[in-house]
Amino acid sequence: MTIEIDNLRISFVGREVVKGVSFNVAKGASFGIVGESGSGKSTVLRAMAGLNNDWSGRIAFSGEDAPLFRPPAFFRKVQMVFQDPYGSLHPRQTIDRILSELPLVHGMDNIDDRIAKVLSAVALPQTARFRYPHQLSGGQRQRVAIARALIAEPEVLLLDEPTSALDVSVQAEILNLLADLRAERNLTYVMVSHNLSVITHLCTQVGVMIDGHMVEQVTAEDLRLGNVNHAHTRELRSLSVELEEPA
Amino acid sequence: MLVEIKNLHIGFESRTGFAPAVKGVSMSLGTEKLGIVGESGSGKSLTARALMKLLPKQARVEADKLAFDGIDVLSASEKQMRTIRGKRAGFILQDPKYSLNPVKTIGSQVAESWRTHKGGSKRQALEAAINLLEMVKIRDPRKVAASYPHEVSGGMGQRVMIAMMLAPDPELLIADEPTSALDATVQAEILRLIEELVSERGMGLLLISHDLPLVSHFCDRVAVMYAGHVMEELKASELLSAQHPYTRGLLNCMPSLMHPKERLPVLTRDPEWLK
Repeated sequence: MTIEIDNLRISFVGREVVKGVSFNVAKGASFGIVGESGSGKSTVLRAMAGLNNDWSGRIAFSGEDAPLFRPPAFFRKVQMVFQDPYGSLHPRQTIDRILSELPLVHGMDNIDDRIAKVLSAVALPQTARFRYPHQLSGGQRQRVAIARALIAEPEVLLLDEPTSALDVSVQAEILNLLADLRAERNLTYVMVSHNLSVITHLCTQVGVMIDGHMVEQVTAEDLRLGNVNHAHTRELRSLSVELEEPA
Repeated sequence: MLVEIKNLHIGFESRTGFAPAVKGVSMSLGTEKLGIVGESGSGKSLTARALMKLLPKQARVEADKLAFDGIDVLSASEKQMRTIRGKRAGFILQDPKYSLNPVKTIGSQVAESWRTHKGGSKRQALEAAINLLEMVKIRDPRKVAASYPHEVSGGMGQRVMIAMMLAPDPELLIADEPTSALDATVQAEILRLIEELVSERGMGLLLISHDLPLVSHFCDRVAVMYAGHVMEELKASELLSAQHPYTRGLLNCMPSLMHPKERLPVLTRDPEWLK
């Protein structure tokens, strides 16, 4: 699924927080958005996911303009994974219940099979199925959140800081899982993060946001080499490089 | 020695039995910067909390020695501990959003902490508070002093927390993940500020973090913890060339901007490490 975003503007009670953002993502590609808190990066993602109905501009998937209110079929194609697996799973529902919600809503068949398959796709044991979220570790919970997105058999995954609540050891596992899933299922990713090394690991194209503007779009390779134009990109890059070098 | 910990054990009595969390940790700290790194659940925060006697009631703490500036913390009374907490050892927590009182102005909270430890009139305390806010490099301290916590950014909130901790001129600063709720650019600023203040005032710093590269840049020594044990202790400058397989594993599994990896190596945990 190709994604086109054109002059996207979003305001909250009269204050504009996304000020004309445009970018394109090819089918099967992954696009990263970096920026500091308040730069509007998550707001862009939420509007794409249909979680915000108050925006102007153009959001198109596969060349088709997305309406302000999305039809149910849209959510089969586009799914989102949130930052905090502690907050995004219902604490009183078993994993089985959490994963069967979407297939039930969409009237999908063979729900039992689908759950079993999706659990193994995210490398969770089948025994996790009748556990509650609090009985799983943070990394396992994030796998459940990814499984919940995958069960819709989407073509696009929107990832909002999917690893920033996790330890680096668990982050590595989740990033590997996301890379494998994209290769296997030819998924298109849009990922938001404040961590440049995480973004460049998973994404080939990176957009830098500050104060509601996307000030620069570079390839991960150019970012690595330092072929960047905007001062903010340079600042983010130098901070990241500085930390990687020994003190 | 400002802090001496020898063979510290912490465990929790629960409905299903006894769960040990810290299993024989030893470390000491003078007027220097010591970092504790490790994954969540490795016992790094518990160790720092035990030192201030801030653990919940059901925690069982045992140690051959647990001392702050020669005072035995295990046998110290609540009254004695209150002369240490805040006054001689400041504690900075992860998220300023939850550490500040939402219904009091920032100025009044900093002033309160100054007045508790130093006495003086309300007016004096407020002036002192504004000085402290200036010291943590807040540009318009008067304006910030009059605002409420929700009106300032996360980075500003953390500066306010640091200003509060500095009020009684403590000898030790314990910072538990002071920057993990902040942006990369703000993170560096706050840590530089903490480092400057600590060196200027000759304090000891205990920096707890899960971010190895960050700690190696801002500390003198680093203790690496895993599952309640200290795996190794080394000079911060040598952290990135550490030898222990656990430390190496943690370093290797981080994605890198400059040295891209096709696939991230995953940490394999060796039961041998805990022996």
